[in-house]
Amino acid sequence: MRNIDSYGHVRGESLFVDDIIVRQDTLYGLTFDSPIAHGKIKNINYDKAAQVDGVIKIFTHKDINGENQIGGILPDEPLWAEDEVHFMGQPIAFIVAISESIAKKARALITIEIDELPVITTAKEAKEKGSYINAPRSFMLGDTEKAFTNCDYVFEGESFSNGQEHLYLETQGCYAVPMENGNIKITSSTQGPTAVQKIVARVLGVAMHTIEIDVIRLGGGFGGKEDQATPWAVMAAVAVQHLKKPVKYILNRHDDLRMTGKRHPYESTFKIGLTKDLKIKAFDVEFLQNSGAAADLSPAVAERTLFHATNSYFIPNVSSIIRSCKTNLPPNTAFRGFGGPQGMFVIESAIAHAAYKLGVDKSEIQEANLLTEGDEFSYGQIATQVEAKACWRMTKEAFQFDKLQKEVALFNKENTVLKKGLSLMPIAFGISFTNTQMNHARALIHIYQDGSVGVSTGAVEMGQSVNTKMLQITANTLGIHPSKVKLETTNTTRVANTSPSAASSTADLNGNAVLKACSALIKRLTKVAATMLSVEEEIISFKDDKVFVNNNKSDLFWEKVVEQAMSQRVALSENGHYATPVIHFDKTKEKGHPFAYHVYGTAITMVTVDCLRGTYKFDAVKIVHDFGKSMNLGIDIGQVEGALAQGIGWMTMEEIAFNEKGKLLSNTLSSYKVPDIFSVPKEIDIIPLETLGNHMAVLKSKAVGEPPLMYGIGAYFAIQDAVKAFNKNYQPKFHAPFTPEKVLMSLYADK
Amino acid sequence: MIQFILNNQIIRTAVNSGVTLLDFVRDHNQLKGTKIGCREGDCGACTVLVGELKNDAVSYKSITSCIYPLGNANGKHIVTIEGINLSKELNIAQKSMSESYATQCGFCTPGFVVSLTGYTLQKTAGANTVTDAISGNICRCTGYKSIEKAAKLVDDRLANNKEVNKLGWLIKEKFIPNYFKHIPEKLKTLELKTLKKEGVIVANGTDIYVRHADRLSEVAVHLIVEDESLKGIEMNEDICTVGANTTVSEILDNSQIRSFFPKLKSFLKLVSSEQIRNMGTLGGNFVNASPIGDMSVFFLALDSTLVIKNKAGIKRSIQFKSFHLDYKKYDLKEDELIESISFKIPLKDTRFNFEKVSKRTHLDIASVNSACKITMKKDVISEACIAIGGVAPIPKYLSKTSSFLSGKIMSTEIIKQAEAILQSEITPISDVRGASGYKRLLARQLFFTHFIELFPTKIKPETLLDL
Repeated sequence: MRNIDSYGHVRGESLFVDDIIVRQDTLYGLTFDSPIAHGKIKNINYDKAAQVDGVIKIFTHKDINGENQIGGILPDEPLWAEDEVHFMGQPIAFIVAISESIAKKARALITIEIDELPVITTAKEAKEKGSYINAPRSFMLGDTEKAFTNCDYVFEGESFSNGQEHLYLETQGCYAVPMENGNIKITSSTQGPTAVQKIVARVLGVAMHTIEIDVIRLGGGFGGKEDQATPWAVMAAVAVQHLKKPVKYILNRHDDLRMTGKRHPYESTFKIGLTKDLKIKAFDVEFLQNSGAAADLSPAVAERTLFHATNSYFIPNVSSIIRSCKTNLPPNTAFRGFGGPQGMFVIESAIAHAAYKLGVDKSEIQEANLLTEGDEFSYGQIATQVEAKACWRMTKEAFQFDKLQKEVALFNKENTVLKKGLSLMPIAFGISFTNTQMNHARALIHIYQDGSVGVSTGAVEMGQSVNTKMLQITANTLGIHPSKVKLETTNTTRVANTSPSAASSTADLNGNAVLKACSALIKRLTKVAATMLSVEEEIISFKDDKVFVNNNKSDLFWEKVVEQAMSQRVALSENGHYATPVIHFDKTKEKGHPFAYHVYGTAITMVTVDCLRGTYKFDAVKIVHDFGKSMNLGIDIGQVEGALAQGIGWMTMEEIAFNEKGKLLSNTLSSYKVPDIFSVPKEIDIIPLETLGNHMAVLKSKAVGEPPLMYGIGAYFAIQDAVKAFNKNYQPKFHAPFTPEKVLMSLYADK
Repeated sequence: MIQFILNNQIIRTAVNSGVTLLDFVRDHNQLKGTKIGCREGDCGACTVLVGELKNDAVSYKSITSCIYPLGNANGKHIVTIEGINLSKELNIAQKSMSESYATQCGFCTPGFVVSLTGYTLQKTAGANTVTDAISGNICRCTGYKSIEKAAKLVDDRLANNKEVNKLGWLIKEKFIPNYFKHIPEKLKTLELKTLKKEGVIVANGTDIYVRHADRLSEVAVHLIVEDESLKGIEMNEDICTVGANTTVSEILDNSQIRSFFPKLKSFLKLVSSEQIRNMGTLGGNFVNASPIGDMSVFFLALDSTLVIKNKAGIKRSIQFKSFHLDYKKYDLKEDELIESISFKIPLKDTRFNFEKVSKRTHLDIASVNSACKITMKKDVISEACIAIGGVAPIPKYLSKTSSFLSGKIMSTEIIKQAEAILQSEITPISDVRGASGYKRLLARQLFFTHFIELFPTKIKPETLLDL
């Protein structure tokens, strides 16, 4: 089944927040943000701005009736700065005017004096100054100290991966409308409707039930709208509370780029110990996470880095520590992979470093250490239904890796200024929110008396086609044609207390809730149908809009059963609740079983580097991916391709740059480049691994949103392989992204 | 009063000419299918088609409406995604996108559909590939492979076209709605009024609107793009003269210019995107005066001459290499406009090369770009003209390097010596496009690459780079 939204999408008829036709008395908001990355506010003058014709009011922290606090995990972030500013782009005030252009004019007239304080932009600097978000976290397995003494080879090194801008095509935004009795309805482009509702209520000093959040769909989220869609909605809500008029606030691209957080940059040091047979016996790693100026989701992101610090490998002795470093950058936040990619890049760097020092191919070390059934992760979970070796083997066989290696060697021999590089990248990514208590969801299903069905869940549609999957599950379970099912907007009055659409788990959690609700409804309808047909309930089933008896089609239609149920006063609505079983994690011991299951896969990346110009093109990425039993392969393949392109972007051209004053330099689309149609691999081959599926995944169809992003890491090492072929003196560095600048400098370093 | 046809509706509006077309369609006409992604012309979510009446037929091109002044729509047919929809079914581009799973979040989708539909409407579909047609559209969800598939489906369907009346065929085959066939007649019925010729001078806006769209939406703008005296490409004996209003696409469409530079297409595909090439003019690129302006560097190496005229119509000619004076400063008075640029038509023994390296190969601003024209007389370089961008406050004509090479016998050693002179002529700074050391190395590489590309049998990278 295709994306159920595609008809509206291709006709330009799908609605996003900015497309809602607004009430005539709507006002428009705009943020005045700090021009300085760190300092004490001495004086702000709003007089001139307030006098601009059409400016209604300028809101500051003084106008907050509740708490000036939007922090999710830690209460460390004000909605609007009070006495101090901690990053350039930190919101200070909110101008509300009759048009956006008037608000912009007013903003330009606000003057501010700030006593500047020292600015920290890198994690290393933060560590030196002891500037942290919270206490460090550490996962341990075995005894690394002892293990290193028993290793034949021990290598140390460092690794850096830069941030990444989400660049959802639709910027952040919301539309807040006053309802009766002081209630407020907010249409928001958020991945976390409940988070928005909760924080709005907190800041406004009202009960959650007075705030309704509605989400139609998002023009991309990628984690950037998990926590950071919230402040804008809260600002608009504060204004609505005071002015009793609708307020629309859509961020323009430059404001969005400047004020929102990104993927966390990581500076890491590692020590890796191997025996002669290339088995990794010990791994010691320290991650310095550049968290930005407030916690946001950083502690959770940090945790996931530790969970994935050994990627798809079994290492018996692991010592890992992560420090969330407080700097004067916009608070960094969730981004597809959520710290996992950063962790994996370091272990891959360590392996590449060891391979270089030992003069072996990186893939030899990778292959010698892949996870096997029963292996223990550093956090205590025992790996089961492991597909690491199966994916690796199938990748090498199906795509004839040995032959590719020979072709590349021959090509490099025959060409002077074009060099090809190859890499293999295995992944193992844990599925579940690492915070166990978030792994739940609900679905509310109404069967209307004409037999049509409306489905509400906590899932937010942001392009991942989760609504299509919810519809598939509903139609399948009820045995009706998909055209009878409609997916409703995501709304806090229909489905409450939801977890955000994140962690790749949205389809699993909400899909299982849908499944439960549908099963309950079918149970009731079965009883009705059995009576109507005078047969036993056990032999009744629903399929193709008909009732089946002993798997034989009867004359009884779906609609007839529904009509009968209605007349018998049978409940035709059901709320399904699902909480992932089995999982648990004890943070005091840093051990447990946090993941429902893991997703596996392996990718081959082949690149051609132009050694005259320092540019590169990806010839092919060939993947064997563990989808479980995919419920919609077309959609899931789209997720793999999209995630891969984003991962390659992170590793190659997407370069976030701040100056030493904490000013974002890559602050426009002309200075921050994401992959275009010419820069993605010429060929992407994806073969689904044949498995029996995993019963912890909804309909055995595994989560697919985040894991494939990490195939992109292979791009870095493929380029490195090609650079080595050109420059024998090149000493591998691990400093992503591998921009054309770094490629050219590497090609000619010490040459 | 601006008059044009928006989809199937005649618009007569007194809205300021400087308002962006994007805001006009979304806010004044409530057509919400055209999306706002960046307002820089860098994402393509706001792509619309502009149809211009030429000899009884309408020719369409795609543009980014976020940096396009409303006044430039005067007399044209503007097509948004809504104007592409058939009443009850999907058109070919839409069907192809949907069937190929080429839409995920859907925000970029209308832009892709409009670009693809624009491709189907282009007269010479052969000149452009279908991928070029969507080169200015950014998608953050799909990784493009599914979009490539959709584009191929469109292309394959288009290949079936054997009928002369292409518009009729496109309508019959459901590429576009029926109303398109009445557009040429309808356009003729517009009684166009000349727009005011005062205010900020704007051609197609691709540069000035990126930074000043808010201001321009409120002040008077003097739109010059319809000024006939600034248009046209002419050959006069050994001189080619190109009007300042010529767009990059128009240069590419000119078969004579293509014949001078056999690799022109591959050069100019490095310049921004399809939509921007359809809008960006030479004059605009020169007065934008970016040190990295692609077309400036291109024409500097052609040793071109500018014709500048003032309001009174008095003209003067200057060498293009003396036009740019310092960072964003150039030799043009308040009341002057660039009328045209001309260059000597390359001789048989003249070779030309253009190089550009940026973070992203397409739709990006260069770290360093360079162009090189060399005329040979047997083994001797009779003339060398080399220009380079991104390594000085202005697009730089390398006069010392060029004159050093002139009269020398072509050899690896001479090129190496010239490169040392090149390094003395450039002053790169570190910025978001690269560190100065990188730009110096890249300048060397691109300089060498000119010779490797132009003299493949004589100049070998191994010897030039001591590999």
